[in-house]
Amino acid sequence: MTHGQSEFHPEVLTRLTGAEILWATLVGESVTDVFGYPGGAILPAYDALRKFPIRHILVRHEQGAAHMADGYARASGKVGVAIATSGPGATNLVTGIATAMMDSIPMVCITGQVSSKVLGTDAFQEIDITGITLPVTKHNFLVSRAEEIAPAIRAAFQIAQSGRPGPVLVDITKDAQQATAIFDFAGAKPRAYAPHPMLHCNDQKLHQAAELIRKAERPVILAGHGILQARAGEQVRSLAERMQIPIGMTLLGLGAFPASHPLNMGMMGMHGESWVNQAIQEADLLIACGMRFDDRVIGTPATYATKAKKIHIEIDPAEINKNIAVDVALVGDLREVLEQLLPLLPGRDGSAWLRLIEASKGTAAVRDIRNLPDSGHLYAAHVMHDLWRITEGRAIVATDVGQHQMWEAQYYHHDFPRTLITSGGLGTMGFALPAGIGAKFACPDREVWVIAGDGGFQMTASELATIAQEKLKIHIAVINNGYLGMVRQWQEFFYERNYQSTPLVSPDFVKLADAHGIRGAAVRKRAELENVVNEARAHDGPFLINFMVEQEDSVYPMIPAGSALHEMIRRPDQNPLIETPQDS
Amino acid sequence: MLHTFVAYVEDKPGVLTRVASLFRRLNINIISLTVGRSERTGYSRMTIVAEASDQAGHRIRASLYKLEDVAEVDDISGISAVTRELALIKVAANAENRSGVFELAEVFRARIVDLAPESMMIEITGVESKIEGLIQVLNERENRVLEVCRSGKMTMRRGHHTSRVLRAMGVSSEPSASDSDRNVLPTVEEPE
Ligand SMILES: Cc1ncc(C[n+]2csc(CCOP(=O)(O)OP(=O)(O)O)c2C)c(N)n1
Ligand SMILES: [Mg+2]
Repeated sequence: MTHGQSEFHPEVLTRLTGAEILWATLVGESVTDVFGYPGGAILPAYDALRKFPIRHILVRHEQGAAHMADGYARASGKVGVAIATSGPGATNLVTGIATAMMDSIPMVCITGQVSSKVLGTDAFQEIDITGITLPVTKHNFLVSRAEEIAPAIRAAFQIAQSGRPGPVLVDITKDAQQATAIFDFAGAKPRAYAPHPMLHCNDQKLHQAAELIRKAERPVILAGHGILQARAGEQVRSLAERMQIPIGMTLLGLGAFPASHPLNMGMMGMHGESWVNQAIQEADLLIACGMRFDDRVIGTPATYATKAKKIHIEIDPAEINKNIAVDVALVGDLREVLEQLLPLLPGRDGSAWLRLIEASKGTAAVRDIRNLPDSGHLYAAHVMHDLWRITEGRAIVATDVGQHQMWEAQYYHHDFPRTLITSGGLGTMGFALPAGIGAKFACPDREVWVIAGDGGFQMTASELATIAQEKLKIHIAVINNGYLGMVRQWQEFFYERNYQSTPLVSPDFVKLADAHGIRGAAVRKRAELENVVNEARAHDGPFLINFMVEQEDSVYPMIPAGSALHEMIRRPDQNPLIETPQDS
Repeated sequence: MLHTFVAYVEDKPGVLTRVASLFRRLNINIISLTVGRSERTGYSRMTIVAEASDQAGHRIRASLYKLEDVAEVDDISGISAVTRELALIKVAANAENRSGVFELAEVFRARIVDLAPESMMIEITGVESKIEGLIQVLNERENRVLEVCRSGKMTMRRGHHTSRVLRAMGVSSEPSASDSDRNVLPTVEEPE
């Protein structure tokens, strides 16, 4: 049997080993790429892999495999697949699974397990991974018979993608992989997906919502990740345009609605634009679309948008009234709900409110870091802004966690869905590099930029070797400020500049890249930036740029944790800032 | 407040852990949890009593439904239902002071199910307060309570009120913020 031949026609019932059934089922589920790392308990599966048209990407750490599957899923909208061995292989996946869980990413993780005969005996590399991942998966399975493999994998794919998506883990004992069973793909089909019984969106609720929208004078749409998940971008656009409602974006929503659209105000929340947060606080109606009022966007519940009625359109009933009490909950698929709601909304003149918001921008533009004079320093915000300009906003950008992540969100304007890949809910450092690799496999023809801090980059930098081995054309921007910058910023603001354990001595990242056979260059001045970025883009292969940025810059505006949305810390303006012609 | 849920869950290994883990994750204390076979083959029935804020009921029910192995959840907090608990109580008793325990058992409509030279076992079924009442009276006597084993609460709606029946009748079982639509059908109140 040779690679690429469909030896296993789903219609023909054949006796196969459990390992073969695993791959055949994945092929049946249209899987083309899996990210993984072998070991004893998953060896039978690896042994059978060569017979199937599936590409396996060998990672350097299983956390990387999980983030790659995650990045693959975020970029493509398909289910990402990661595979690992039992024990330490499985536990290394956990951070990646939790990251996907917090951001509702469809992912299937497959782990090997010791033989069922020794299960429960603390055998070598036995770990209760279904127990460990129980709270961080949507569901998980322990499979100990070859017959159960196909049904479990197929159920895992259904669960991962349905309703509110999430990661599913399938733990397969070694003897189940070795035993044989009849492979019946069609017969392994899970029972029909049953929507959550508490979905709730009837005519009465729709009319209530429409009435609130028609009557509102200062409405704001809160656009979240659910728009991408439900593919409801067009419907949200119709709602906004028809009713002239400004939109604020969550971090994970960025890209779901074009940043350049005149009704898109920008990002809300802790590091959101001042006028967006102000508009939310002044609003008389919030229409939350596929977002969950996370604590990072509401400040404190008691002070959040107190003048506003709230409509919550959300697929997960458990999110209703969790953080913020709402007046009307439309619990269902965002796209379907909006399609029912739109006919009830004839149109409206919203210009007065839009003018008010425009006026509230005030000095914000002048305080903007982009408008700092080019004093020879390199600011991370400059890097983001210039990357956006040079790539024309068309790249897929995977960011890590920290200051650079917020600057990217503020200054790289995402006009297209699924172009920002970032860990929102869990805030997992080390995410960017592997997630960017996953995104590149999902979208090989797209330009992919990994933007990571000097701290987070080092958490998963071993995946540089994966990039080299796979010969991936991927661009890496390390935003090197010599600090765990976001933590340093908190120390600056709230701990009297006690920079305990945040200064960072790092390797020379260009040499590190070089050691992997990856080209690289350092950028110290803004004037050098464009040339190097273009060199990277022109290079036929991976390229790392070490951006040596201002060390003690901070992300503004900032709402301190526990404060209200309008109580923000603004960039100090002791020095009169002037706009540079370059950016006007 | 105390919330009471009845859940039908698939009768599979690990389901109890999933349910218990959910409450732990939501930072909610389970006061009692009983599980046993139900009238539906392949499904166990759980009665879960938990202490949580007044508004928590909706989120708990919605979160339980998110578990793959949970087929049905009924929030019967504050709803007309029959709730029972079974307790086995072993007390110190000898030939001299045994008769008083018999009398007590009669008053509480409990049964003596084991008799040994130095101890007796009482079986009592009822609402929580009744069981606690018996234990309290026993403690006041010279018959020391040696062991108490309680089943935890089991609850069933009065009348045909399971949410499954409501759904079959086309009545929404979705809890609105108020409880107004819960007692859709008239109930016959009976004394405990
Ligand atoms: C795995 C993990 N550990 C710790 C943290 C806490 N944390 C959040 S941001 C941050 C600093 C990140 O530093 P760096 O990667 O250099 O990015 P910068 O903020 O400097 O842009 C830390 C330590 C985290 N989010 N994730
Ligand atoms: Mg840093």
